[in-house]
Amino acid sequence: MADGEEPAKKRQRIEEQPEKMAVDVSSSSSDWDGRWSHVQKFLERSGPFTHPDFEPSEETLQFLLETCKILVIGAGGLGCELLKNLALSGFRNIHVVDMDTIDVSNLNRQFLFRPADVGRPKAEVAADFINSRVPGCHVVPHFKKIQDFDESFYRQFHIIVCGLDSIIARRWMNGMLLSLLIYKDGALVPSSIIPLIDGGTEGFKGNLRVILPGMTACIDCTLELYPPQVNFPMCTIASMPRLPEHCIEYVRILLWPKEKPFGDGVALDGDNPEHIQWVFQKSLERAAEFSITGVTYRLTQGVVKRIIPAVASTNAVIAAACATEVFKIATSAYIPLNNYMVFNDVDGLYTYTFEAERKENCSACSQVPQKLQFPPSAKLQEVLEYLTENASLQMKSPAITATLEGKNKTLYLQSVASIEERTRPNLCKTLKELGLTDGQELAVADVTTPQTVLFELQFTS
Amino acid sequence: MAELKTNKEQRYDRQLRLWGDHGQDALESAHVCLINATATGTEILKNLVLPGIGAFTIVDGHKVTGEDVGNNFFLSSDSIGKSRAQAATELLQELNSDVSGNFVEEDADKLLENDLEFFNRFSLVISVQLPESVCLKLACVLWKASVPFLVCRTYGLVGYMRLAVKEHTVVESHPDSALEDLRLDSLFTELKNHISSYDLDSMDKKDHSHTPWIIIISKHLEKWLSEHDFQLPKSYKEKEEFRQLIRDGIRKNENGVQEEEENFDEAIKNVNTALNPTKICSSVEEIFSSEQCEIITSQTPAFWVMARSVRDFVQNEGNGKLPLRGTIPDMISDSDKFINLQNVYREKAMQDASVVAKHIRSHLQAVGKPAESISEQDIRLFCKNAAFLRVLHCRSLSEEYSVETINKDNITSCMDNPDSEMVLYLMLRSVDRFFQQHSRYPGVYNYQVEEDISRLKVCVNSLLQEYTLNVNVKDDYIHEFCRYGAAEPHTVAALLGGAAAQEAIKLITHQFVPFNNTFIYNAMAQTSATFQL
Ligand SMILES: [Zn+2]
Repeated sequence: MADGEEPAKKRQRIEEQPEKMAVDVSSSSSDWDGRWSHVQKFLERSGPFTHPDFEPSEETLQFLLETCKILVIGAGGLGCELLKNLALSGFRNIHVVDMDTIDVSNLNRQFLFRPADVGRPKAEVAADFINSRVPGCHVVPHFKKIQDFDESFYRQFHIIVCGLDSIIARRWMNGMLLSLLIYKDGALVPSSIIPLIDGGTEGFKGNLRVILPGMTACIDCTLELYPPQVNFPMCTIASMPRLPEHCIEYVRILLWPKEKPFGDGVALDGDNPEHIQWVFQKSLERAAEFSITGVTYRLTQGVVKRIIPAVASTNAVIAAACATEVFKIATSAYIPLNNYMVFNDVDGLYTYTFEAERKENCSACSQVPQKLQFPPSAKLQEVLEYLTENASLQMKSPAITATLEGKNKTLYLQSVASIEERTRPNLCKTLKELGLTDGQELAVADVTTPQTVLFELQFTS
Repeated sequence: MAELKTNKEQRYDRQLRLWGDHGQDALESAHVCLINATATGTEILKNLVLPGIGAFTIVDGHKVTGEDVGNNFFLSSDSIGKSRAQAATELLQELNSDVSGNFVEEDADKLLENDLEFFNRFSLVISVQLPESVCLKLACVLWKASVPFLVCRTYGLVGYMRLAVKEHTVVESHPDSALEDLRLDSLFTELKNHISSYDLDSMDKKDHSHTPWIIIISKHLEKWLSEHDFQLPKSYKEKEEFRQLIRDGIRKNENGVQEEEENFDEAIKNVNTALNPTKICSSVEEIFSSEQCEIITSQTPAFWVMARSVRDFVQNEGNGKLPLRGTIPDMISDSDKFINLQNVYREKAMQDASVVAKHIRSHLQAVGKPAESISEQDIRLFCKNAAFLRVLHCRSLSEEYSVETINKDNITSCMDNPDSEMVLYLMLRSVDRFFQQHSRYPGVYNYQVEEDISRLKVCVNSLLQEYTLNVNVKDDYIHEFCRYGAAEPHTVAALLGGAAAQEAIKLITHQFVPFNNTFIYNAMAQTSATFQL
């Protein structure tokens, strides 16, 4: 394991920056006899499998209880479990970020929520529940997006745990932690590393990874593991449906904007039962026209909302393994996972642990300049498609800028309608027509990263 | 509104997509017993109460201690000194009002002494942190009563589960990747006629490029067979030649250049799928040749009546083949061509299922049971899943523990790797032996850890000797287990809580496949293994 300095480093960092210790925790007066004895056995006894840096001591528990600061991203299926697991492992200074509110369909697994909480912010309800059930624990909720916080917020944590269902958010978080890294004379400064534990689940499958940004494989190093979402071809949806899903997509994509059933400008809301009911009825009609069977209300809702099935048990397994890794890193009691584990319990119980490798030219974590190779006759559209379709980039709505004649010029930007309109003609122009030259630097911004990615344009003939 | 969605359907929506309404019904009629509401126990129940199990009963004679509250989310500090069964039931019940929570404030062994049949009423019994002697006694009782028994244990950074179920049948195993059932190597009459209705050469361009690949491959296969002595392409080379044959079938324009026809590309990609021979896999063959298929009585469970009837079908009307599954994958095609082809498969599947139903009726009649005792819907589901049927037989705990029947070969061969999860199993058996002798687990008190290492080593050696196991257990593991001092860290308990709950759901719904029969989780390395012991 390459993280030899990890925990020592962490404590050192705390000593260097005393303001970090100024956290508000109730003293151990809330403790009762035997409260931490399950945890203490691992902290106060030596053992053959501990991390080389480990030294049994009573101070480690105090470090967990009073100093160690953890950020949990997401208060959903994984997040609820993570908060409980951390709180019962001795962590008391926990922040949780989640922008969602509680839906009825969360209640089958997000056990900190009750029917009366529906509509309330997940982060706040989860934090309240933990704080009242686990005396002395201090969970601070943030009903916000991760993008609402800057470096100074993220920098205050010792370890960050992600329980997200979005790859974009994961990549953004990954990019944020990479941006906090400090390099001195080309060498990574260990105290600038904040470990990232990332969990994910889908149905009966899940995975867990431990990322030491700048040292081990990051999310973007292994982007190929997350296959891009496959959409049905438009001609299938428009003119030759075969499956019930094709009929639902027809109604969602083509019929809704045309018929405007709930008025002009009213977007289809997957959480509005009247909207789903309308899509369902129209999909049934479409299906009948082509003698297709199998359109149901449940399927309609699933397709419209792109629902991923979820159960309590898989979330419990993955969140538990994540919390174990947080405990290992925070205490050095054991060597952390290196660095990837997958889980599946459809047929028996199966886990597989392996070391995902760093990608030498990873666009997020390598210091290697990124290259874009195109002939001068290529159109900007092709570059855009490359950025979104390349398996190791998978950008969502890249904005491309370049310095031309000493001026910063936006070549294409999708997210602001007026700029999109103004820059759209550029897509049909060739790179040469745009005045780009061999070796030109292109700066690309995207929702998948908080940082701008720099590419060097290399002309091929 | 045609379908008014109930609150319950919304609440359970994300799981109904995995096990369906019938799986949910099974869950809601189940009554699970948990012995000992430790952290592992309440975590298991939490993951069963959330998805809406019918009822649970906690059997636990312990009073809540400070240690219990420290690692257990479903106990609060004001319950210290009170009944653990009651305190945990109250906080678990609060999770879901659909569930009926019950408790018995007594130890499992006392209960067993007073009423040997107490546990036989449950759909499933789950024990947690139960001493070996009580566990073996209970296992015997439940085995006789054919009640599934799931033994769970968190010991330091090690998780352990043991399933003891005599027989468990699964209709819907939901395989991750299943081979298609297309019968292109043995066309049934209706499919043959349907394929004949196509004439690729006389089609217009649009129809040609919207013909499903199943038709394209069948047409070219016909040609291939007539030229190759009616032998299917088998070797890599033959398959490549066959792909070329299909490639040559792509339309050419007036200049002799091939058009782009995606459906032909798809056909070429699917040659392997299409040529996959129709056969019955060995696990299904095994089911057909098992004892339960031979003699049908009025006591025979529906699964075996249906399995026998499918076997009857295979041996008679099916000419050695299972009833047709009746589904085809999506493929490039216009709507009509796809739906017509799909209907050919569907209708044949319905026909096959009704032949199976006929066999079922005659078996039921012969044993004096009403024909309706197995529903049409169940028969169709069974036929559709005929290729994926699974039957699980676990060994009993007494077989595992007996010197005569212990699975020595498995243990010895696993221990060729001294760090195999098998060593953790041997260590768990050794700490049980320690408990027998000392009435406590090793390392529970700080001042005894050092001495306990050598005491535990004696137990390891006596275990290996008793079973004449010629393996080496590293001292590191002995030391490590003393370090644990029987601690039940919350995160390991929570992992086991998730895993055990999922196995319980599999057992209750008869969907997905449970593990057989011992699962060991190593939280130190985040690895796990399943052994048949
Ligand atoms: Zn990377």
